[in-house]
Amino acid sequence: MKTIFEMSSPGRTGSSLPELDVPVSSGIPEEFSRGKKTGLPEVTENQVMRHFVNLSTMNYHVEKGMYPLGSCTMKYNPKHFENLARLSGLSGIHPLAPEAMAAGTLEIMYKLADYLCEITGFERASLQPAAGAQGEFCGLMLIKSYLESIGEKHRNEVLMPDSAHGTNPATSTLADCVIVGVKSNEFGEVDPDDLREKAGPNTAAFMLTNPNTLGLFESRIEELTSIVHKAGGLNYMDGANMNALLGVARPGDMGFDVCHLNLHKTFATPHGGGGPGAGPVTCTAELAQFLPDPVVIQNKDGSYSLSKKQNSFGRLLAFYGNTGVLYKAFAYIRTLGSAGLREVTENALINANYLKARLEEYFDIPFNNGPCMHEFVLSGDRQAENGVKTLDMAKRLLDYGFHAPTVYFPLIVHEAMMIEPTETEGLEDLDAFAEAMISISRECDEKPYLVTDAPVNTPVLRLDEVQAVKELCIVEPPDEEGQ
Amino acid sequence: MSRFIQNRGEHTEEMFRVIGVKGISDLLKSIPLKYQLKEDLDLPDPASELELQREFEGYADRNTGADKICFIGAGAYDHFIPAAVDHILLRSEFYTAYTPYQAEVSQGTLQAVFEYQTMIARLTGMEAANASMYDGASAAAEACLMAMRATRKQRILMAGSLNPRWADVVRTYLKRDDFEINEIPFLEDGTLDLEIAAKLIEGGTAAILVQYPNYFGLIEDLQPVADLIHEHGGLLAVAADPVALPLLRSPGDAGADIVVGEGQSMGIPMSYGGPYIGFMATRKKLARKMPGRIIGRTSDRADQEGYVLTLQTREQHIRREKATSNICSNQALMALANTVYLSLMGEEGFREVSNQCFHKSHYLQQKLLEIPGVSSVFADTPFFREFTVSFPVSSLDIHDGLMKEGILAGLPMVELGEGVMLITATEKRTKQEMDLYVKIASDICCGGGDQ
Repeated sequence: MKTIFEMSSPGRTGSSLPELDVPVSSGIPEEFSRGKKTGLPEVTENQVMRHFVNLSTMNYHVEKGMYPLGSCTMKYNPKHFENLARLSGLSGIHPLAPEAMAAGTLEIMYKLADYLCEITGFERASLQPAAGAQGEFCGLMLIKSYLESIGEKHRNEVLMPDSAHGTNPATSTLADCVIVGVKSNEFGEVDPDDLREKAGPNTAAFMLTNPNTLGLFESRIEELTSIVHKAGGLNYMDGANMNALLGVARPGDMGFDVCHLNLHKTFATPHGGGGPGAGPVTCTAELAQFLPDPVVIQNKDGSYSLSKKQNSFGRLLAFYGNTGVLYKAFAYIRTLGSAGLREVTENALINANYLKARLEEYFDIPFNNGPCMHEFVLSGDRQAENGVKTLDMAKRLLDYGFHAPTVYFPLIVHEAMMIEPTETEGLEDLDAFAEAMISISRECDEKPYLVTDAPVNTPVLRLDEVQAVKELCIVEPPDEEGQ
Repeated sequence: MSRFIQNRGEHTEEMFRVIGVKGISDLLKSIPLKYQLKEDLDLPDPASELELQREFEGYADRNTGADKICFIGAGAYDHFIPAAVDHILLRSEFYTAYTPYQAEVSQGTLQAVFEYQTMIARLTGMEAANASMYDGASAAAEACLMAMRATRKQRILMAGSLNPRWADVVRTYLKRDDFEINEIPFLEDGTLDLEIAAKLIEGGTAAILVQYPNYFGLIEDLQPVADLIHEHGGLLAVAADPVALPLLRSPGDAGADIVVGEGQSMGIPMSYGGPYIGFMATRKKLARKMPGRIIGRTSDRADQEGYVLTLQTREQHIRREKATSNICSNQALMALANTVYLSLMGEEGFREVSNQCFHKSHYLQQKLLEIPGVSSVFADTPFFREFTVSFPVSSLDIHDGLMKEGILAGLPMVELGEGVMLITATEKRTKQEMDLYVKIASDICCGGGDQ
């Protein structure tokens, strides 16, 4: 499709501003003046609408169909919450307005922090992290601050299973820690013996996703967290898979010291094509004194204010978090309550196990020793015998009107396809997806070219990623006039 | 049952049968019994849509600062947002979509963000831009880390006139024993003390980070800063206000190597601090050092043009502990808001926004300086949209006095003097509102009013 720049014609505009109602001052001094155009397009409002609406039709999205994306929890995003976050009283407030004049937002933030602590079994929270990865950074900084406070600053090793999300090692590097890999055992769970061997006087933290990225609950969790505590380290839970535990079990009860949540996964706030998310962190009372500045507190008179702490490790964003996202997650918890949250998890588990049962005849399922939690991992090994890669099957699913699953992750499964249907799909949706997968597995046997040529029913065919890197075009080149 | 769950008794019975279990407890058995919750969570009873609407209207009403005339800036600004922006953001096709890893069904998001990258690069005078960071402050921190990677030097010189909240974020991201941050003080006129900078820079500095215009709204001359850091083999990182850029010499033109900034001013509501968006732009030769997602143009098997996430080997999901950053989710929908806003405003409209901010803030400053006893804090240094004045009374008194009349007067800055206030006038402020501000302030300064 043409870019917005190619639609530009001098003199067109989509803007409408009042006339300047004050006398013109002397203007920008010559030496600071730009003196040339910016290169922004010149288009009318209706052109802009048509352009972006046409672009939008080339996107797959939750309201078009199912996203079986493992560890991403692509559930339905309730419409009402979009309206609520847009109430002018909530969206139109300046972050530095006097606290008494932002009482409504502060109340929501205070209550949301309280609810998230209740859901995860912790004492205190920070709503500041903008996304899961920033929540991980927050968590490791809390742990480092705590260790420093007890004279254990030298501890710099983060223990991490080989099935960890990529953000875990990247965050550890950002937090100036060294990664020590921990093996998985034949059940797809962390090997306690290996953890025992690796944990020691330099252990700062153990970072674990639970349920893990195979969709399995770490059944020996008590043993794992106590090994780390005995070694003098702390336990961090990556809450990416919290959709499996709502109202069912709490990380705070299992020996974890801190966890982050992905509100854009578990708490139904939209993914926005890649963001904004929100990655609040909840933690024990011991770690609370180090939380990032500021946090919302309730005063004796019942009012709310922003408080700075003496021992805070610092600040993650200019302000207090992705507030507009927080509003929606708060609305979600208020809509569902305790029973509704548990219902989410129960149906997420039922849906995942049903799909697994429907597909196990047709695909290899490593570590399949019983029920999974909210997701499961297939291997495309069987289909690979016909020269079809997992990536091909993922692309073929696009032709069938589904989004692809998460592929080639976790790294410990060959030709992995990680499938998480979420609770907001129904039996008919799951059956349709299963039929598509079964049909593709047949194609792999009978007409593999259909799969390796896929997708063919999409707005563009398979794109050349190598060319994109080699020829690196990441901005539209300037027109003849320059910018 | 909630309105978002389709499974009913008959469905779940059938599903349990296919799975081969009796009920939900069989699916939970891998969770040790001692950790299975026996009781409900202590949460309020669920609210219906109508009840929740009323509850939220209550919260909105208690935000009494939301309908006030806003002269506060300091990193978040009350700009006009055309209606069409939200109509696009509310397209399910955009806001409920996932990260565009499956490029063939994500061309809408990918092309929009490619256009965003182009607009950011053009505004800043750079050749490359990424697909967004969390906010301006974290983008500034990432710029410092990027400069350290690119130069293999471990010291940052940070302008003392940088937004203090941003400076805190930079310090947090760079909190390591082997990293060093030094602050460059500012002179009496509010601009950087380059003599001191020249001393601090010796012995291996990765970058100077300077805000443009700075926290006090003052326009810094970037050229000598660029010359200084380049002479010493480091990079110039500029935290730029995009709204100023249609009028101001672009950071790229003045020698910047990395330009970051906050995009909230371009079509995003203030929403008590987020979600906002950090932008990052750089020179072509440094593009591969950038953190975060980047969209690139390519072609498909039929030679049609298309877009993909590119240079992914820099990123955490491929490179893991060796990634250029841990960022994964970014602020994609906010990038779309910026793109739609800038498309609507366009070449002329965005310059007009910039122009009106300039002239309105100067009008207000001039009128305030006419009040006896009110003085400028930084003499005649040129400024944009935001300025500081010193009142002859406490700035808190001015603040409280104006608040009674429904005006948020600005941000008191007692650290610069008891009477000092940081004041912003965007294109949304009218002459009438500014005249009212001046009248009330004048009454308070001259001992009138009910103070």
